[in-house]
Amino acid sequence: MKIHCATLLLTSLLLTSGCSLQPWVKPYERAKLADPIMSFDPNPISTSYINHIYEAREGARGASGGEGGGCGCN
Amino acid sequence: MVPAVVKGVAVAATNNELQGLKRALIHQSGRSNIRVIWIMAGITTMAITLPLTAAVLPEDRFDALFHYYNGGGLTVQGPSIQARTQIGNNTSFSAKYYVDSISSATIDVQTSASKYVEKREEQSIGITYLRDKSTLSLNYTSSEENDFDAKSAHFSLSQDMFGDLTTLYMGYSRGWDEIYKTLKTNGNISRDPGFAKEADRQNFRLGISQILSKELVTSLNYELITDKGYLNNPYRSVQFTDGSKLQEEYPNTRSSNAISLRANYHLPYRAALHGSYRFYSDTWGIGANTFDIGYTHPYREQWVFRSHYRTYAQSRANFYQDLFDPYAPQNYMARDKELSSFSSQTVGLGVSYNLVGQGRGFIDKGTVNFSLDHMRYNYDDFSDLSNSSRNPYHFSANVMQLYLSLWY
Repeated sequence: MKIHCATLLLTSLLLTSGCSLQPWVKPYERAKLADPIMSFDPNPISTSYINHIYEAREGARGASGGEGGGCGCN
Repeated sequence: MVPAVVKGVAVAATNNELQGLKRALIHQSGRSNIRVIWIMAGITTMAITLPLTAAVLPEDRFDALFHYYNGGGLTVQGPSIQARTQIGNNTSFSAKYYVDSISSATIDVQTSASKYVEKREEQSIGITYLRDKSTLSLNYTSSEENDFDAKSAHFSLSQDMFGDLTTLYMGYSRGWDEIYKTLKTNGNISRDPGFAKEADRQNFRLGISQILSKELVTSLNYELITDKGYLNNPYRSVQFTDGSKLQEEYPNTRSSNAISLRANYHLPYRAALHGSYRFYSDTWGIGANTFDIGYTHPYREQWVFRSHYRTYAQSRANFYQDLFDPYAPQNYMARDKELSSFSSQTVGLGVSYNLVGQGRGFIDKGTVNFSLDHMRYNYDDFSDLSNSSRNPYHFSANVMQLYLSLWY
């Protein structure tokens, strides 16, 4: 019984400690991060087009942020 | 993928609050410690999943782009139009129309065909649904050319967590391609009724964006792509040392892995550095490394200047050769330069001008944008057959984009 209680207590403390992980960048400190120049994809229409250019000319594909579509561009 | 940035004040369950609640529960219930512990665990779990702050839908915007590519004997130009609008508080719809008008006399065409003109059209529709800290997106894309039809469906799910410092992302796509050959009869181009092939594709995507500091955000992305079916070009031939030719023969399956790391850093003054690296390998033996660095510099309130440099290097597919030995036959043979060993470099410059300063009518913001990229491709084991010297082939290309963006 004592081991069972200790196990449950340990589990709960682990969950509690995970909840207590505070964001190290507070919401009021995120002004620079919210600047549009910090966006990974500020212009999706342009990014989509450039990725299409590269995928039609190179063997590598994927992990470039887009979802792509089929193309007989060869 | 962009991590959501908190808008408003975050309300967090602190240790002090949980301790106070625990004492109240023990006093009120007088029950065993086990029940209190399970209640604490439950409250903790709820605290993690309760919306401390909500994620946001993509912005409502309209973009109209004119694109122009010229290089290597190929000219491609056309419009791309994209719009997104929010309906209600949780749903956003998007639509896109894209055209490639192609005039081609590339090195492949010069060695095996005559110059041709073609048009490719692509349409997409999508829906995004937001609930608390989760975003679900569905998209459907279809495209048509005179010898190629493609359809694809895309699903993605993103989840913000840890005070919106972290965004987890997963996505799945399925594609269905139909490959044809064209015939030219009496000046008219039509599809060969005796040739129709299919290829299917699946994409699996995983990603995580992480805010590391007040100035630094990073993103790690992985994508697995599998193809099966008819994967080569029906017009291209391989060349043998004795001058003879034969239709290319590709494997009917292909599986690839790509992983990329990106980072954006806000400098002490208002400007940003961008960096990315992608590693790629696949079951055809192709390996590739891609590096990209960029710099964004706003000027006053109206102007934003961007520059970037990209370098790419690839090793050839294991069934690719520039010239094959007619006395050493292989099951699979390819002479597509996109499967050869080559490297490329791209330098790009871009500028944006804010047309609508503080909003006008229903328009919140409007920009006109122009970018120019110069690309150079140098092939190690693909030769230029247009002249007798058979030197390694190389070409350069210019890519221009002019587009208008409106936010409303």
